Amino acid sequence: MRLILFAVSLAGFAAFFAAGARGLRPVGHYAGPYGDVLNAISVPERHATDVVTAINFDFRGFDTLGEEFILFGSVMGVLLILRQQHDELRKENPEEDPNGPPAASDAMRAFTLALVGPMVIFGLYIVFHGQLTPGGGFQGGLILATAPLMVYLSGKLDEFKAVTSPRLVEIAEATGAGGFALVGLAGLAAGKNFLENILPLGKTGSVFSSGTIFLISVLTGIEVAAGIVLAMQSFLEHALEIMQRGRNG
Amino acid sequence: MILLLIQLWALLLLAAAALALVLTRAPRDQTIGLSFYGLLLALMFFVFQAPDVALSQIVVGAVALPMLIMLGLAEVRRHTRERERENKKK
Amino acid sequence: MSGLEWLMGWMGYAVAIWVFAAGLYGIVTSRNWMHLAICLAVMQSSTYVLLLSIGYRTGGAAPVFADIPVGARAVDPVVQALTLTDIVVEATVLALVVVLAVQIHKHSGTLDPDKLRELEG
Repeated sequence: MRLILFAVSLAGFAAFFAAGARGLRPVGHYAGPYGDVLNAISVPERHATDVVTAINFDFRGFDTLGEEFILFGSVMGVLLILRQQHDELRKENPEEDPNGPPAASDAMRAFTLALVGPMVIFGLYIVFHGQLTPGGGFQGGLILATAPLMVYLSGKLDEFKAVTSPRLVEIAEATGAGGFALVGLAGLAAGKNFLENILPLGKTGSVFSSGTIFLISVLTGIEVAAGIVLAMQSFLEHALEIMQRGRNG
Repeated sequence: MILLLIQLWALLLLAAAALALVLTRAPRDQTIGLSFYGLLLALMFFVFQAPDVALSQIVVGAVALPMLIMLGLAEVRRHTRERERENKKK
Repeated sequence: MSGLEWLMGWMGYAVAIWVFAAGLYGIVTSRNWMHLAICLAVMQSSTYVLLLSIGYRTGGAAPVFADIPVGARAVDPVVQALTLTDIVVEATVLALVVVLAVQIHKHSGTLDPDKLRELEG
């Protein structure tokens, strides 16, 4: 019954889609003016060679502000839903639980710990070179967030919690999100539009170029990395420490 | 010409992988499939000349999403085991 | 040569609607919330394919002018920015769906969407 309904509705949707796609140009013959305009003016006007990052943080920076706050809100939602409820209590020593995850082998520890340093450096490289080469705040922030994951995979929850103390990560996330909005307000304070590029533009091709794009990229990287580490912490804490009251003793 | 062939091949592989992913019912097997599908999507973005998007998709679709789902599955398994232990006690 | 280009001309849109249909079929016939979450991710990925197909230009390079001259033939950067936002939103939605599924399982003991019909007071 459900499959018949699905088939009928899918046929209808496909008919609409085909009718709409008939008006589109064939793949490979892009015609629209905006892409060409942005490709042509991005380097002369903003000294940024990566046009996609320039669009994200300068030409359409307001959309990116909204997207960053979507990420912020969802991390808040995850933390809220996974918090300790009133009928749960916290385990004291999660590592001595016989039903918990097994300890990592030596090869795993060596490999993951050796990867932490290169990942941090690579993430920072992608964040700082956002306006020059493909990359930027989001991509670099995500790569930075996998470094604490490597520490967790090396086996010890205590070291993971020491590396990512919750207070510091929360402050970092708030700094990233609030800093983005403050940079926009600084544009207003300088007498121009919100999120307008007001810092000196520098030389095309050097790292400290294109004004506020660099600053916003760094702030976004901090916020994304901190947000994902927070969500990871909440998941791991919930899985390993919190349990129902009265179940285990 | 070569690029066109690679693009067509990437699109067809994507369609086949999507169908295979949906038809896998066990969540644990499907998570590995999701990681592979994410990597395949990143490859398709790369041959369609979109490196920013490919970078983002590699980390999100092949690392962050399967990690979230694996953590959810571990949580579910722990709840099931606690429930069974409590049912056995009764 | 032109035959392949004609094939490419509509293959992008066809793959987008195919992936969308596959994801929708998975959601409709799903018996497990985690499987449903992954099929939702597949459905969202069909929009990436559609967006990038719209913005692609044959023979164009990536819109990064670090080593090619500014007037060179390049693909559209605007749809790539849209797809970046889309990817972040997908990760967000999936995180919340997984977390809700975990809490549902804790309170009702099952991950089956069909068994969650009745609301018990």
